[in-house]
Amino acid sequence: MHPAFSVIFLTTLIGAGQGLFLALFSIEASAGLGLLPAQDGAFYALGSAAALVLLGLGLFASFFHLGRPERAWRTATKWRTSWLSREVIVLPAFLGIVALYGLVHWTGVNPALGMLPGDQAMTLSGILGILGTVLALALFVSTAMIYAAVKFLQEWHSPLTVVNYTLLGAASGFTLATAYAGWSGVNLVHFLGITAIVLTLLGLVGRVASLLRNARLKPKSTLQTALGVKHPTIKQISMGLMGGSFNTREFFHHQSAGVLRAVKWVFLIGVFAIPVVLLGVAMLMTVDPTPLLIAAFVIQYLGLLAERWFFFAQSNHPQNLYYQAVS
Amino acid sequence: MTQLALVIDLNVCVGCHACVTSCKEWNTSGGAGPLVDLRPYDADPSGTFFNRVQTFEVGEYPNTETVHFPKSCLHCEEPPCVPVCPTGASYKRKEDGIVLVDYDKCIGCKYCSWACPYGVREVDAERRVMTKCTLCVDRIYDEALPEWDRKPACVRACPTNARLYGDIHDPNSVVSQAIRESGGYQLMPEWGTKPANHYLPRRKTKITIRDDELERADNPLKIDSQLPKPNRDEPALDDVTSW
Repeated sequence: MHPAFSVIFLTTLIGAGQGLFLALFSIEASAGLGLLPAQDGAFYALGSAAALVLLGLGLFASFFHLGRPERAWRTATKWRTSWLSREVIVLPAFLGIVALYGLVHWTGVNPALGMLPGDQAMTLSGILGILGTVLALALFVSTAMIYAAVKFLQEWHSPLTVVNYTLLGAASGFTLATAYAGWSGVNLVHFLGITAIVLTLLGLVGRVASLLRNARLKPKSTLQTALGVKHPTIKQISMGLMGGSFNTREFFHHQSAGVLRAVKWVFLIGVFAIPVVLLGVAMLMTVDPTPLLIAAFVIQYLGLLAERWFFFAQSNHPQNLYYQAVS
Repeated sequence: MTQLALVIDLNVCVGCHACVTSCKEWNTSGGAGPLVDLRPYDADPSGTFFNRVQTFEVGEYPNTETVHFPKSCLHCEEPPCVPVCPTGASYKRKEDGIVLVDYDKCIGCKYCSWACPYGVREVDAERRVMTKCTLCVDRIYDEALPEWDRKPACVRACPTNARLYGDIHDPNSVVSQAIRESGGYQLMPEWGTKPANHYLPRRKTKITIRDDELERADNPLKIDSQLPKPNRDEPALDDVTSW
């Protein structure tokens, strides 16, 4: 497939935003249970603002994918059958909840709405946080299912796609949260850093599993089934056009196998190897680790751009069987 | 229930592209606006077509055959492009089974083209919406045309009659008979999309002539004559009696 930068930015930016929100709420929930030191409202508010910026940028990038962005509101109508429609509903809902969550912490208007067993107060921010967590996970699933649901793209048509979108988004969000904690000087670098490393390593397992799966894939369609001609030797003489068309642009990456291989190693090193090392070193440092943590996030994000590019480029659409030779 | 479709006879198609140009001509003149042609006279032309004719070589030289292969929307009975559409712009008509795009609802997200294994949907670069074969829905019901002319433009254009048009759910239609009697098949059956359009395979046209068919019918091969067996050009008994 042709890797469109609008979609690459959309999926990586909202992934990091969702991960950042999950990190923020996991801090608040743990603090509420007394497992982590409590933070003041400004920490959550600023973190939510950062998540909102990422989500907003992702939403903005997505409009460049559309031919008719002014009709984008129509996409919310077919949520019964289309994962794209579901994503379009969940993303603004999640944006709204994150905004409310940040607002509650910013204004400090955070009344206890009830009591949980064990004398835990159920605060407004807690309810918003749980809602946000559910929506963040729903958004990971909807985004990934857009790809995983297309059975013709066998590289995508796997539960691993959902697992990887979730793990990689969460990992980049937790790496960002670690850098944010380091920058704001709160004592959370270890909790967040270790979680980020664990998520990154889990992401590595999932991504390598999908790479191995895709390397062994056997295409379901062949030139024989595409034409209905049973002869083992068929070659295309002409695709019926010489100047290129939507079919020759949208479904090919137009890069050599060498570039594809190089990008694969770039993202394996950029998303997984370097950030894990940087996060590990940062946690052992006695001086301020913030620059190192920021570098870890930036490198991981750039790596994720390469990962998403590769995700698109690697998938091979059966329609390409009909477009193999110009003339 | 009606399911209109084309049946394309690969044994007859000569690859002249008349259906391609006729399709383009009809649909670019339609109410939905022209199908774009970008840089038509420059080095890098590009444009929207609903129908393409491709050419394949089957076999290895010298035992090869050239297959001309017209390809347009197959109007699947289980169209995978329809449920993925987030706006409902892509839909299948209940009354005749034609798969269409509502150009006023389409947002041009291209998702339906990903969900079509046949690559028959093309985004129009100027209209910025998804376009595809309409089975000439603006022609086949047009009562201003004489009844024999109410057929898709590609069918009307084909000089070798390689394109048949009709209702594949009606067992007596010309298309159902062709599918039944000439081995009609569907493309990529492995995906379960149940394309309505069918293709008829290439067939060898052979006649078998046995030696005795080259002889006089009343005494083939002179099998009842005296030995040694007479030559073929020797008169046979009926040659004698017919003097």
